[in-house]
Amino acid sequence: MDINTFRGLTTILVMIVFIGIVLWAFSRKRKSRFDDAANLPFADDEIEKRTLNESERKKK
Amino acid sequence: MSNSVINNATYNYKVVRQFAIMTVVWGIVGMAVGVLIAAQLAWPQLNFDTPWFSFGRLRPLHTNAVIFAFGTSALIATSFYVVQRTCQARLFSDALASFVFWGWQAVIVLAIITLPMGLTSTKEYAELEWPIDILVVVVWVAYATVFFGTIVKRKTSHIYVANWFYGAFIIMIAILYVVNNLAIPVSLTKSYSIFPGAIDAMVQWWWGHNAVGFLLTTGFLGMMYYFVPKQAERPVYSYRLSIVHFWALITIYVWAGAHHLHYSALPDWAQTAGMVMSLILLAPSWGGMINGMMTLSGAWHKLRTDPILRFLVVALSFYGMSTFEGPMMSIKTVNALSHNTDWTIGHVHAGALGWVAMISIGSLYHLIPRLFGLKEMYSTSLINAHFWMSTIGTVLYIASMWVNGITQGLMWRAVNDDGTLTYSFAESITASYPGYVVRAIGGAIFLLGMLVMAYNVWMTVRQREAEAVDNLPQTA
Repeated sequence: MDINTFRGLTTILVMIVFIGIVLWAFSRKRKSRFDDAANLPFADDEIEKRTLNESERKKK
Repeated sequence: MSNSVINNATYNYKVVRQFAIMTVVWGIVGMAVGVLIAAQLAWPQLNFDTPWFSFGRLRPLHTNAVIFAFGTSALIATSFYVVQRTCQARLFSDALASFVFWGWQAVIVLAIITLPMGLTSTKEYAELEWPIDILVVVVWVAYATVFFGTIVKRKTSHIYVANWFYGAFIIMIAILYVVNNLAIPVSLTKSYSIFPGAIDAMVQWWWGHNAVGFLLTTGFLGMMYYFVPKQAERPVYSYRLSIVHFWALITIYVWAGAHHLHYSALPDWAQTAGMVMSLILLAPSWGGMINGMMTLSGAWHKLRTDPILRFLVVALSFYGMSTFEGPMMSIKTVNALSHNTDWTIGHVHAGALGWVAMISIGSLYHLIPRLFGLKEMYSTSLINAHFWMSTIGTVLYIASMWVNGITQGLMWRAVNDDGTLTYSFAESITASYPGYVVRAIGGAIFLLGMLVMAYNVWMTVRQREAEAVDNLPQTA
């Protein structure tokens, strides 16, 4: 294959992959999963508290 | 799927505290050197006629200190914090994490010693000589092991988006740094690049622009995706947009480096390719910025009372501004005016001061009290004062460099009717003098803000001794 044909095909391939990612990310099936994921920063208060308690205990 | 998994884990906050404190320290050191060399351009006698204080040696010390000592310490601190909290797992190895801290401090100290001595590989943002490069790679591999090891042992099913950005930063910086620093040593302190001529230039700017792309952008976007939602107390505007943002950004960034070599010996097609990819880059950059900004929708009133959130939002604004300016400057006809002028320096600092430093400062103000079991920093009004110093300092800096850059570009290209140059180079330097003075003042104000921050952090850590007892729950 001519190198320039190959280059052209890679561009198209990357474009198809990009459209694929958009469809995958925005499909309705995954909405609840991603909503869960978006809340990950707010889901670990318990471990944080335990960490801080332990470091206080160590200091005593 | 449930996000809150019951386990008895605790987090390793020690290494995060160490890196967070050193971020402030190295920020002050790096920016102080920056203010000194800015002042040298206005008042050259400030090199005191010693080679160690000459601009050519201190400038790489400034860039290395702010990028690798300040910026990277901020990235390691926050990535170790975010990866633990969003994976709900302790760091992969405490000993290895501690090695990352001490190893990285050793790299910084070696840079502070060797660069003023004039030991340099002469590659921009990769000036450190080969023995230090090897230490960098060893520490980086340890960093990657701790980070990805923690992701492997995560208790959550999903890997939160911030970790994707941090992960891409860690992997890409390793690849780029190793390839660009491939060299043949001739002695302990001198080596020569294995790449010849224009190829060496292209490899250098493949690295150089991706130090911007993957360290100063992708890494700090990881910070943004955790600390903006946390401080605004609401999840990111669109998680699905963040996925598209991630893949689009990392796919496109690596191709943009050639715009540093417009009108050089680099083949013309490569320059044009670099320009086109830089223009496309506007889309993912703004996608990410909008995603961060819109996280505040419905919570804009918080900006009135919360200077930390103000830091984060203004950082995103500067990010949006400089990622618009960058693609514009990569257009060859615009670049014909801006190339090698102070406009470039202004553009870099819109990103470095406005985006990188301000998002780090905002994140640290959120992070530091939490690391010590406190609700907030010692003084909120000092955070507010710092915010205004940072903003005014940045605006003075970039505005003076725009004026200087355009002045220089226009003077250098001005030609008389008979084809001779209208101005000598020295005349353009004289014309730049007022801009250099304003820039030094802007930088000094920004540095002063960092000193205010250091005082606030110091008082916060001291306060911990008093308050920690009050916060102690009954069971402990």
